[in-house]
Amino acid sequence: MKTFLNSFLALSLLTLVSCGGSGNQKSSAVNASAAEKAYVAPGELDEYYGFMSGGFSGQLAVYGLPSGRLLRVIPVFSVDAEKGYGFNEETKPMLNTSFGFVPWDDAHHPELSQTNGETDGRWIFINGNNTPRIARIDLSIFETTEIIEIPNSGGNHSSPFTTENTEYVVAGTRFAVPYPQKDMPINEYKGNFKGALTFIKVQPDTGRMNVEFQVLMPGFNYDLAHSGKGKSNGWTFFTTYNTEESNSLLEVNASQNDKDFIAAVNWKKAEEYLAAGKYKEIPTSYAHNVYDEKSHIATSETIKTVKVLIPEECPGLVYFLPTPKSPHGVDVDPTGEYIIGNGKLSTDLTVHSFTKVLKAIEDENFDGEAYGIPILNMEAIVGGVVKDAGLGPLHTEFDERGNGYTSFFISSEVVKWKVGTWEILDRAPTYYSIGHLMIPGGDSQKPEGKYLVALNKITKDRYLPTGPELTQSAQLFDISGDKMELLLDFPTIGEPHYAQGIAADKIISKSVKYFPLDENTHPFVTKKESEAKVVREGSNVHVYMTTIRSHFAPDNIEGIKVGDKVYFHITNLEQDWDVPHGFSVMGANNAELLIMPGQTETLLWEPKTEGVFPFYCTDFCSALHQEMQGYLRVSAKNASVPLKWSLGE
Amino acid sequence: MLVSCNSSEKKSEPGYGVKKESPTPKTEASTDFRDNKGVGPVTSVTLGENIDTALAEEGKTIYANLCMACHKPDQKFIGPAPKGIFERRSPEWIMNMILNPEGMVKEDPIARKLLMEFNGAPMANQNLTEEQARAVLEYFRTL
Repeated sequence: MKTFLNSFLALSLLTLVSCGGSGNQKSSAVNASAAEKAYVAPGELDEYYGFMSGGFSGQLAVYGLPSGRLLRVIPVFSVDAEKGYGFNEETKPMLNTSFGFVPWDDAHHPELSQTNGETDGRWIFINGNNTPRIARIDLSIFETTEIIEIPNSGGNHSSPFTTENTEYVVAGTRFAVPYPQKDMPINEYKGNFKGALTFIKVQPDTGRMNVEFQVLMPGFNYDLAHSGKGKSNGWTFFTTYNTEESNSLLEVNASQNDKDFIAAVNWKKAEEYLAAGKYKEIPTSYAHNVYDEKSHIATSETIKTVKVLIPEECPGLVYFLPTPKSPHGVDVDPTGEYIIGNGKLSTDLTVHSFTKVLKAIEDENFDGEAYGIPILNMEAIVGGVVKDAGLGPLHTEFDERGNGYTSFFISSEVVKWKVGTWEILDRAPTYYSIGHLMIPGGDSQKPEGKYLVALNKITKDRYLPTGPELTQSAQLFDISGDKMELLLDFPTIGEPHYAQGIAADKIISKSVKYFPLDENTHPFVTKKESEAKVVREGSNVHVYMTTIRSHFAPDNIEGIKVGDKVYFHITNLEQDWDVPHGFSVMGANNAELLIMPGQTETLLWEPKTEGVFPFYCTDFCSALHQEMQGYLRVSAKNASVPLKWSLGE
Repeated sequence: MLVSCNSSEKKSEPGYGVKKESPTPKTEASTDFRDNKGVGPVTSVTLGENIDTALAEEGKTIYANLCMACHKPDQKFIGPAPKGIFERRSPEWIMNMILNPEGMVKEDPIARKLLMEFNGAPMANQNLTEEQARAVLEYFRTL
């Protein structure tokens, strides 16, 4: 009864604030056939992969769609004891930054790589918001293989949002900061703080990233971005808020201006300016971390300079598109013609026409300038308005049938509208308070408009209570018909921001099953059991260990001393799919190792007391998994116990 | 059956256990092992009159890299030793056991029995190619 009342109250509230006619729908109004549509029978595979940002977990979660089954959590910006990520010696450098080792971040926007405007299933990028970074995940192994720090950024929110051939991913700073960083009074922000928009070049064959250039912008807050496509390819659009340049109580002070801007950056023009040498090389410091898939080792490099373009000195590089009411998301329709500004304090969606933008630039139809950047005349560029669509528009995705789907946070709904006529076609309530939404390919040139996932901020009464913190949640809609149909609620790791979806067959065929042992170039690899050994170098002890179902070699080691640093370099000799071995040792101050077939990983163990300590395999590997164990004898610092290792003796 | 415990008469090592019955060689069913080709991709193997030493050498390396963690050439370890295997198994059976261990323990009666004899330790599929398995087979001829 109480639940019913809660639902009723919540619905009543929604009805009050909703501008549309969604209030008469019931949360339980799911057709019986909905279950069938989202049901993937045991043993069957899902049709799509869904990649959902893990938000403040710092990770990326992988789901099957339509089932909503969680397949994997890929550690990206946060350490993950389960996989040893950030704990084993090989992956520690992945989390290195100019601030040293940073074990956590806030991951918001996954973005799949694209070829010819279509998702290609090679990599997925995701931004770290707090200590500004972009990570690249290799989708053949579902592991983070590169992280690049963004210099001169105060928080990497408008990121990564690829160009149509993954020439660049971008990184606009959410917080303006002194540039370069220095000690100065906060209230001297206005005019002195700057916002950097960074373009990270991606190598087409390897995916390797480098900071190609930054555009030094006024000290606004750069909120979200999307790159142009088709006819607007060559441009990237960034929304702004706080064009007031306020440094306090932004809740009020950043909502004073009736219009903010979408900054349109012509990156092809930027390339011309770079080639012509019209950049400044500015000293800075940022980390670039790369994981090598053959040695299974990450390395971190510090880079000391960045190329900066100043808009005043580079005419034609940036224009401001006035857009009402603190636009949040900026989304480009599949043709590249329409640029949707989701003005979050508005009830309307303002749609700019790229053709009109080009015309206004050509005609110099400007409405003044801001810090030397021309402001286009808004009347001249608006291609349409979706009127009275809802409250609090945040993001728009598209299908391949000419429809846009916009999330409305305050009125908690998805609204479907027609691109070009701007008429509203349908609306569906979400439970509750939707943020981002996702259609597979929905921000590319080739959407697959079968499903839509709503990524919600609040779940309230939708799930069993779990104390003060409730699960995070997504909702799956069938959008193949005229009406959107809710199929499924499913929990997500928190908090989901943006997501990406891709047809499963684009990834399945590339999926790696194991790492070939003969390609392993780890300096401490042990390629066969007969080469297992223990080597002492001063107080460092290197254990060259192997695993195979179901024993370690060696499994008895003596001659370790208190105060030693013991490095277990463990190579998994298995050459088959789905046979990782785990390694854990009593009292380790870090985590376990989880070693994939053919991989080598290293755990550092520092014994503090004398004794005999067990170690064992943590990942159930065979009927004799429980027997996969061994002992380490630790003697006093001055003991004369000789170094000795064995198996089966 | 041998039961070991601390009796007053006999000084023995500390410990307690019931030792497994030592496997008494039983004559397998009257069927000729040469007729059992196992389950897998290999249906027919022709062994040359003489051992192909180059191939055997190649097989030895592969065996050392991918198999030796569980199979010592001439003594029982995690799994059985290949020494003398041609007196017990057909060449096809051997190659199928290497190439299709999952299928073999499911469908082949001898492989099933071996799995139990070796405490349920699974034969790892090390994903050898058929050519590599053939080389290992040639190496077995040298043991």
